[in-house]
Amino acid sequence: MPSSDYDPASLPDLLPLYYRRLFPFSQYYRWLNYGGVQKNYFQNREFSFTLKDDIYVRYQSFTTQNELEKEMQKMNPYKIDIGAIYSHRPNQHNTVKSGTFQALEKELVFDIDMTDYDDVRSCCSAADICSKCWTLMTIAIHILDRALREDFGFQHLLWVYSGRRGVHCWVCDEAARKLSVAARSAIAEYLSLVKGGEETVKKVVLTDPIHPSIRESLSVVERYFSQYALHEQEILGRKESVDKVLALVPEDVRKDLQQSFQNEKKPETRWKLVKDQATRKQATAKKGQHFEKEIMLQYCYPRLDVNVSKGVNHLLKSPFSVHPKTGRISVPMDLKELDTFDPFAVPTISMICEELDRPRTEEESEDTKEKENEKDAAEKRKIRDYKRTSLAKYVKYFDQFLDGMARTWKGELLRKSDLQKEF
Amino acid sequence: MYRPKVRILSNLSMEVVNNGRGTPCQAEQENKCPLYDKVSLPELVKNVIVYPRLLNNPLCLAGLSWGQLLHHLIGKMQFGSRRKKIDTSPQTELYGHALQFYVQPPLENISLSEFETFAVDRVKLLKTIENLGVSYVKLSEDYKKKLWNESRNLNFPYKLEASVKDEKKSQIGQDEYEKRRKDHISHFILRLAYCQTEDLRRWFIQQEVDLFRYRFDGMLSDQKREFLHRNNLQYNTITVEEKKSLREQLVISSYAVSGVTVESQDFYKVPFQDALDLVRTRKVYLKAGYVYIPHQDIVTIVLNDFRTRLSKALALTARSLPAVHSDERLQPLLNHLSHAYVGQDYSIQKNVGKISLEQIDSLSGKSFPLCMKQLHQSLRENHHLRHGGRMQYGLFLKGIGLSLEQALQFWRSEFTRGKVDADKFDKAYAYSIRHMFGKEGKRTDYTPYSCMKVILSNPPSQGDHHGCPFRHSDPELLKQKLQFYKVSPSGISQILELVKGMHYQLACQKYFELTHNFEDSNFSLNHPNQYFIESQRVLGGGKDIKREMEAPQRSQENSAARGSTAAREAAANASQDLAEMTEDLDSFFQDA
Repeated sequence: MPSSDYDPASLPDLLPLYYRRLFPFSQYYRWLNYGGVQKNYFQNREFSFTLKDDIYVRYQSFTTQNELEKEMQKMNPYKIDIGAIYSHRPNQHNTVKSGTFQALEKELVFDIDMTDYDDVRSCCSAADICSKCWTLMTIAIHILDRALREDFGFQHLLWVYSGRRGVHCWVCDEAARKLSVAARSAIAEYLSLVKGGEETVKKVVLTDPIHPSIRESLSVVERYFSQYALHEQEILGRKESVDKVLALVPEDVRKDLQQSFQNEKKPETRWKLVKDQATRKQATAKKGQHFEKEIMLQYCYPRLDVNVSKGVNHLLKSPFSVHPKTGRISVPMDLKELDTFDPFAVPTISMICEELDRPRTEEESEDTKEKENEKDAAEKRKIRDYKRTSLAKYVKYFDQFLDGMARTWKGELLRKSDLQKEF
Repeated sequence: MYRPKVRILSNLSMEVVNNGRGTPCQAEQENKCPLYDKVSLPELVKNVIVYPRLLNNPLCLAGLSWGQLLHHLIGKMQFGSRRKKIDTSPQTELYGHALQFYVQPPLENISLSEFETFAVDRVKLLKTIENLGVSYVKLSEDYKKKLWNESRNLNFPYKLEASVKDEKKSQIGQDEYEKRRKDHISHFILRLAYCQTEDLRRWFIQQEVDLFRYRFDGMLSDQKREFLHRNNLQYNTITVEEKKSLREQLVISSYAVSGVTVESQDFYKVPFQDALDLVRTRKVYLKAGYVYIPHQDIVTIVLNDFRTRLSKALALTARSLPAVHSDERLQPLLNHLSHAYVGQDYSIQKNVGKISLEQIDSLSGKSFPLCMKQLHQSLRENHHLRHGGRMQYGLFLKGIGLSLEQALQFWRSEFTRGKVDADKFDKAYAYSIRHMFGKEGKRTDYTPYSCMKVILSNPPSQGDHHGCPFRHSDPELLKQKLQFYKVSPSGISQILELVKGMHYQLACQKYFELTHNFEDSNFSLNHPNQYFIESQRVLGGGKDIKREMEAPQRSQENSAARGSTAAREAAANASQDLAEMTEDLDSFFQDA
């Protein structure tokens, strides 16, 4: 397996090659420049680099794509983080009066980390993931993507695999980039259902009637619940798991269920018993009892790191950054293929560097027309370079995403030039 | 009682000022002082002493009105364009409604003592609002009753439901007029005091918004409509067709809307940013970035408007802050007012280093509040705490007297027992501990979290042990924990009862009383470090700790002195009397 080939010690040797020949700078710049609609948008953006031995350099900023390229090729960062767009150039933040250097805008971001699910997955814990628990990420993306698009009306959502155990979402709409801290935290809270720390057992409490947005989320969870929770995680299998589930139902129901579980071992049937109890309760109780839904949500609903989303100046790992521990590239995810996305199939840096050394096939050497990007030969060669590796399909998807956004810039730029003519 | 007016005072000669510093006033000696028999002398002296530069100020000598003074203080940008309108609008018009949007600043002359009383009373009112917000559900019967009482006691408008008809313009009684005037003026004074830092602004806005919400809630729907009309607040309603097509979603999104009432109700469609409170709590239907708000929830949009405007106004006010700082009569008072809200913050410690690391285990058993005990235990068990826990516990330890060196040693020895090696600790965690002590980054000397902060901000999530055990634990777990700490069954049920009523601080205080065999503790618990000090006091174990802790100061006390040197001198000269004057305030905030 190529993934096991990666050796963290080889990273210092591979990074120069990656930044020189593979990192998609032109797309990267195209993204963060946002069509040049706003002045100094790229120039005032904070980047921060983690270098060898965990040396952390904040407040980097670059005036052009070329400068960014040169600097990254010089520093060879182990990890790249993207921060906010500031009022001044971040690399000059010490020269402006304190208090005037302020974070103005940033994409609305979400960070979902598998460690936050440790109490509800039995397959792995902490930084480990497997194909079983990855379903949790799939569910999370389906739910959040729908809510952000349909409820909040955002359109340009870039989902990125973090390289190890989670996913990030970058909401790039202009309206999203301009959101206040209060609005960001309100959105994050609207999207959070699982609440409470180690001292809370029951972390999801639904109110009646159930909000339309949660109903939609529930319908997503329902698609996966039986296969994922009942069969793969076996939440109604071993005694400890069963007890954990039963701790979430009302006391009187708990006793009934404990008894009936004694004669019934099949997880599907056990779950049916839980649902039947809930239906019975709902018929008698005045206020809605939704404990079966609450269980489903507690086990499957996305768990957000709210603090990451709240702050405008919060840093988040950049797409196409390398995860130093796994060597995997942080790649954009095509949601059309979300259900088949396999984190273990994401290329590692050692893998794509190796692929570069392979002799070219004929087909590859012919394929040189890359749209209107008629730049110098080096640029062309680089484009061809990544195309020869398994990074290609992720960059291609990134291109599609950028094309979608470019349509809004065009409109905006047209409007602006019209305005200027009037004066 | 007759209150001296600034303008009249300005007729006094310079000698009076000096009198405040000990030299006899010539006017007084010659019995010619124009106010000599009209004002009780102590009153006058107090005014002059407290604000010795009063008569020096060209503003007063020029006989500027209160409105002009405020223009000067708040900055022309904000009100300049409206000045014309203000000057022509009669006062009765200004106070036509019990509830105000505080668009126009007050215009009249005001005495310094009135300035002070108004301001202090409003701080008291806002402080009450803050406390009530923690102990009660906002707008519950108890909350409303208590706030009603407090408004009445402090002579703020409280008869919100008074019918519109009685209030037709000039017909509001003198009494009610005075109340509204006080409400109006005091709000603007506090804007000056609370515009200075982000924290102050946030606190002030939060309390003002809660006050506004309470008052708006108390009005009849006719009055609400009139209020909206008067203040030109108009919002988009949706069409009947749109309502029909969204009918089902609207019904299940809002609690109080049923299939029947949805027909007759107006729904407002506004960008979701204008109704964040409803979005946050999922109490409204949200589609493509717009929220659909039933008429009964319109208060949310109005509040949002109120909040936005206030926030902008404060930002503008802050910009002209230098003008306030140059006014030496007002600056000390404004500073005092603004930092009074926090109460003790347990930041400056004279006993740094008086606690040894070996003592922590035993102290945590005896004198730590439950929240800190919980953090301490999970730290000892897991040899790790996540960020929220490190902040809450780390600052608490700093508050009880751990030095930076001790803190580093404490955290390092515990973390390195777990998965973190010494090298990683120095790289990843030592920074944040030095940061806590103000040695890194923007070098703020962070203060320990108050109960309010622990209860209200940053709730714990997966893997977290911080927060308030009374607020953030399942009742069942809390019960077990209390049993573990040998609290009697009757005690437990008392505590759980308080928790049920959301009186988390009272629950904690009850826990204190039960574990210290101490009935009717005579303090009001609002800070984990206060818990510790009180516990040490009762146990008598740490006598020297206690003595040293008696006088924790407010960090902002220092910032009060940041103003001009002249002001500092003035304040020093007047310190004794200032102390006297502000004693009430101090004792109030210590009780609160």
